[in-house]
Amino acid sequence: MRPSALLFRFRCSWGFSPLHLHSPSLPPRPVQVEYEAVIGIECHVQLLTRTKAFCSCPSEFGSEPNSNVCPVCLGHPGTLPVLNAEMVTLAVRAGLALGAGIARLSKFDRKQYFYPDLPKGYQISQYDEPICSGGKLEVEVDGQMKSFGIIRAHLEEDAGKIVYAGADRLSGADHSLVDYNRAGVPLLEIVSAPDMRSGRDAAAYGEELRRVLRTCGVTDGNMAEGSMRCVVDVNVSVRPRGSPVYGTRVEIKNMNSFSNMQKAIDYEIERQVGLLRSGRGDEIVQETRLWDEIKLLTNTMRKKEGLADYRYFPEPDLPPLTVSDEFVEQVKASMPELPAAKRARYLSLGLSRGDVAVLTDEIATSQLFDAVLALGAPVKPAANWIQGDIMAYCKESKVGMDGLSISPGALAEMISLIEDGTISGKIAKEVLPELLQGKGNEGVRPYIENRGLLMISDEAAIGAMIDKVLEANQKQLQEFRSGKTKLQGYFEGQVMKESKGRVNPGLMKEMLLRKLKGE
Amino acid sequence: MSGVPLAIKDNICTQGVRTTAGSQILRDYVPTFDATAVSKLRAAGAVFLGKTNMDEFGMGSSTENSSYQPTRNPWDPERVPGGSSGGSAAAVAARECAAALGSDTGGSIRQPAHFCGIVGLKPTYGRVSRYGLISYASSLDVIGPMAHTVEDAALLLNGGVFPRVLRLSSLPDFSPPCPQVSLPTFGLGLPAYYVLALSEASSNLSRYDGVRYGARTAGASDLPSLFCGSRGEGLGPEVKRRILMGTYALSAGYYDAYYKRAQQVRTLVQREMAATLASFDALLTPTAPSPAYRLGEKSSDPLAMYKGDLMTVNVNLAGLPAVVLPAGFVSAGAGGECGVQLPIGMQLIGRAFDEVGLLQLAHVYEQTAALPSVAAPLAAS
Repeated sequence: MRPSALLFRFRCSWGFSPLHLHSPSLPPRPVQVEYEAVIGIECHVQLLTRTKAFCSCPSEFGSEPNSNVCPVCLGHPGTLPVLNAEMVTLAVRAGLALGAGIARLSKFDRKQYFYPDLPKGYQISQYDEPICSGGKLEVEVDGQMKSFGIIRAHLEEDAGKIVYAGADRLSGADHSLVDYNRAGVPLLEIVSAPDMRSGRDAAAYGEELRRVLRTCGVTDGNMAEGSMRCVVDVNVSVRPRGSPVYGTRVEIKNMNSFSNMQKAIDYEIERQVGLLRSGRGDEIVQETRLWDEIKLLTNTMRKKEGLADYRYFPEPDLPPLTVSDEFVEQVKASMPELPAAKRARYLSLGLSRGDVAVLTDEIATSQLFDAVLALGAPVKPAANWIQGDIMAYCKESKVGMDGLSISPGALAEMISLIEDGTISGKIAKEVLPELLQGKGNEGVRPYIENRGLLMISDEAAIGAMIDKVLEANQKQLQEFRSGKTKLQGYFEGQVMKESKGRVNPGLMKEMLLRKLKGE
Repeated sequence: MSGVPLAIKDNICTQGVRTTAGSQILRDYVPTFDATAVSKLRAAGAVFLGKTNMDEFGMGSSTENSSYQPTRNPWDPERVPGGSSGGSAAAVAARECAAALGSDTGGSIRQPAHFCGIVGLKPTYGRVSRYGLISYASSLDVIGPMAHTVEDAALLLNGGVFPRVLRLSSLPDFSPPCPQVSLPTFGLGLPAYYVLALSEASSNLSRYDGVRYGARTAGASDLPSLFCGSRGEGLGPEVKRRILMGTYALSAGYYDAYYKRAQQVRTLVQREMAATLASFDALLTPTAPSPAYRLGEKSSDPLAMYKGDLMTVNVNLAGLPAVVLPAGFVSAGAGGECGVQLPIGMQLIGRAFDEVGLLQLAHVYEQTAALPSVAAPLAAS
């Protein structure tokens, strides 16, 4: 046996990387080789109920501060909670969509702590008997199918919002203000298993979770408005892959988008790896850090005093929550098509993976697409129009696809008019903004006809136009006939211009070429 | 109920009328809504004369824990009227009103009824809505009527509808068999009650921080000072004592030994009482170890005061209905003292939701025992 091979094996058994010892001049090895990041995510989503969890105040975003409040959600003396049935329905729906088990018996508990935004001095939540447990989310991450486990999902109420406040000091500001509109809004807290390994995994999980929940009408999942809030747990351990020993868990908050979440996690992994590599692993402490999206780093939150004891005990003001088999079946029967099923269906229509991803990203997009298909529109053209010009219009006009005034019928008609040659694609592009504003909803053909933009497919008319253009461009004609065949494009442009974009391009090109060649 | 003048214990919310629960932290608190029980009586035409004094947040058995002033017993002004519905009991006994509402968490209607010689009914837990009753212990609190006769108490319970069940054409021969029964778990009730009641109370009183309503401390520049200042100034010593004990019983490491264990004991107590009541119509017990004691006699020894609840707390743990009604008098003071007559009330405990059966029994006793109708010395003439 060669001596160097022996050396390799010897060093390996001590856990050193042979690369390092034999070639110290190589660039630093990638993070994943020595260290493994273990990430879990907790998401709080506001449930799309009309009223709050335990009182009949409206549950809506953006109202005047303290206008959606009552003695119950303000925690006045003598008030009592009454459970909102709809929040249970939505929790069951979410659980079913995530493949979780629905507890036929669960209960509410009080989670106790003092803070000005918590009116009763406790939050009504679920501690050890949540309504949903287990489940998983299967997501495609960079071309690879991954399955992320879900541990549980439980119901609870939201707290109010403090404005102009520091953490526990009125830092700099004269005073703090509390808006209780949000206090008592129903939440579903979804806890994932620590199955993610990178910021990319986490963002993919978050995006798919949001997509699934939005599809089911459970939440509108708006991170900017706070109807979906995520906290991640990151820990990095030095291990040969597969070792069960975990490192120190660090919690990260204050990420208001999935791209920020990805950056925050990647930064934190690097931070921890850096400390571990330089032998300063004991500086990684169990704490909460805040993501700073301007400086692009995580910072220690103001120092907290020890671990909180929430003194959980069963909520005596609410009876245990029973959910019948019939009820679960009812909810199951009314489930909409989930994103995974939709993606599979679109793939079977012959669309590319890229098309499918774009069309299924937002519900409004797939809703328009499905509506148009239902009216008989051909798959590829419908997909192209929606992904292309229509999406671009939406972006520029800052309107969602469900904010467009075009009826699915009008869009389907427009596509069929192109297919049968009544209008050209070019003209369609031109009038699209007007159609999207609903102007063609009474009939696209008559609308376009009124605008005088029907496609010209009459050969005599086309011939006349071509003749006119050739007549006016004798020089270029001669050049073409002497070999400058590139001028074909120029002539096509001229004829198109002459026809004000209305000429049937295919026919025109064919006829033009013949005339150019002098046939 | 039209025109009937009632007094309402000050832990029951009355719209537009100050409701303090006997505490300084709510000294200027005016509810924007009526408790359900109050709105029903209002709709039936009752007239509310005012709010009555009580032990702060229901915590006490003598009304000496009121942060305002103690209330005196109309039978002897040197003695307590009982608690925590001492004000309501005294007002009824002194004929300042026709009847009153009280609340009962561990005996707070029944013991004052006994001390003041009137009728006090604790309904089954869940019989009367708790909405608008300022919570002390959520799983134990009930609102109930306090009046001069069983019939009046029944009327009040029914919100003014005359209870047909008490209309008897002739009184039956009242000599029912009354064997003694033993309930081995009975003695466990008192410690279990205090653990559970104080645990729930510590949580229910967390909302009193001066932030949204109630008295707020002046000049606080940070959160700890704000909370500690408002609660420190606004809550009385017995309330603080109970919040601390309740917090302890719920805290990590102690929950299993205290709160959970107390709940298990509660189940035993409830089961045994329900089982016994399957064979008997009611249980007859004394209401308290003694008649009304002197002001100040037990106020420096909280545990001595807690022990006075021995006969009443099990009923709350089991959620059963119970009525206390006058059963006679004893002379106060052993030897030498001028014979002040102090009322004694007996307690009848009934089956869950069988207020009808219970009140019938009480009514028949009241009518057949024919106790002399004596007014308290301090009663309005």
